[in-house]
Amino acid sequence: MADVQGEQPAAHELRVSVVSADQEVWSGAAKQIIARTMVGQIGILAGHEPILAILGAGEVRITTPTGELITAQAEDGFLSVDHDIVTIVARNASLD
Amino acid sequence: MGAQLRVYRQRIKAAQTTKKITRAMELISASRIAKAQARVAASGPYSRAVTRAVSAVATYSNVDHILTTEPEKVTRAAVVLFTSDRGLAGAFSTNIIRESGELVAKLQSEGKEVVYYTVGRKAAAYFTFRRRASEQIWTGDTERPEFSRAQEIGSALVEKFVQPESEGGVNEIHIVYNRFVNSVTQIPEVIRLLPLELIEDDESADGQAFPSYEFEPDVENVLDALLPVYIESRIFNAMLQSAAAEHAARQTAMHSASDNADKLIKDYTRLANNARQSEITQQISEIVGGADALSSAG
Repeated sequence: MADVQGEQPAAHELRVSVVSADQEVWSGAAKQIIARTMVGQIGILAGHEPILAILGAGEVRITTPTGELITAQAEDGFLSVDHDIVTIVARNASLD
Repeated sequence: MGAQLRVYRQRIKAAQTTKKITRAMELISASRIAKAQARVAASGPYSRAVTRAVSAVATYSNVDHILTTEPEKVTRAAVVLFTSDRGLAGAFSTNIIRESGELVAKLQSEGKEVVYYTVGRKAAAYFTFRRRASEQIWTGDTERPEFSRAQEIGSALVEKFVQPESEGGVNEIHIVYNRFVNSVTQIPEVIRLLPLELIEDDESADGQAFPSYEFEPDVENVLDALLPVYIESRIFNAMLQSAAAEHAARQTAMHSASDNADKLIKDYTRLANNARQSEITQQISEIVGGADALSSAG
């Protein structure tokens, strides 16, 4: 689990945390997130408007600033974006 | 050996054996507090995220949703008690039962019917002994609660909450649990889960108001989906807090039990020494008295 408590990400980055009921699964910086909501796919870049979306079945793909791709299973949860802070919340979230 | 001395020696032995048990329980609880506390901390991000989301939706939407609207007349309220499975934890479970008694008296004076849900064998035993009905009882894992159990309790409560009143549904849900403050203080908390009481903490802590969120698919659906998630997360948090508090309460109780055993051992040792001494004194005076009698007779 990356610890980003101390460092401030650049303005064009997203701060992401993936949390499940009993722990924080992953947190760190990202430049893009692709998730599947109840009504379809959603792509999130920095500067996205605040949104609260219910996640549907499927994986969440997080691209880190270095281009690394992280996929997480976060079924049955929701996603919130607020001032470039993205929280992916699911009862049973896990990284692949 | 004199009869009195034997009794004192038995008591000392008994106190020593008890002390071994209480000391062991104290050490076990002490080691588990840290683990239970770590679990409370680990579940923090989830419950914060959920609470924040629920508060955000509730603040910025004017929809009439069961989660946020205050019913005009409350006829039935559910009360969930979080006690422990095992005893020897001081007033841990008693506090919860007493607090819930006060809450129930208050609810009933407002004309509300109370439906009980209980967690932990102690509450179950209390209810069975008094032939008080409990809608549902969960036992067996108060020391190490799993999220699946919180989900189970949550879905039972939500089901009851969305049921129409005429079919036995409830309009309010209250929970009573011990909150872990530190290893010497555990405070019984009474919280109304539903209808939602907005907690303004998050806003003031962040120093910024909630942004006006877009909702996907729409506000109603988001609230529908958040309702069970919110309830589960609050219940899971209550269970984890209660588990940590239970270990802390047990540690404190067992610590004073060990201290008491020490005191008993000390007191009985004094008494036993006294008894031994007076026995010896008596024997000497008997021998001296006997020798005197013999010599004066001869």
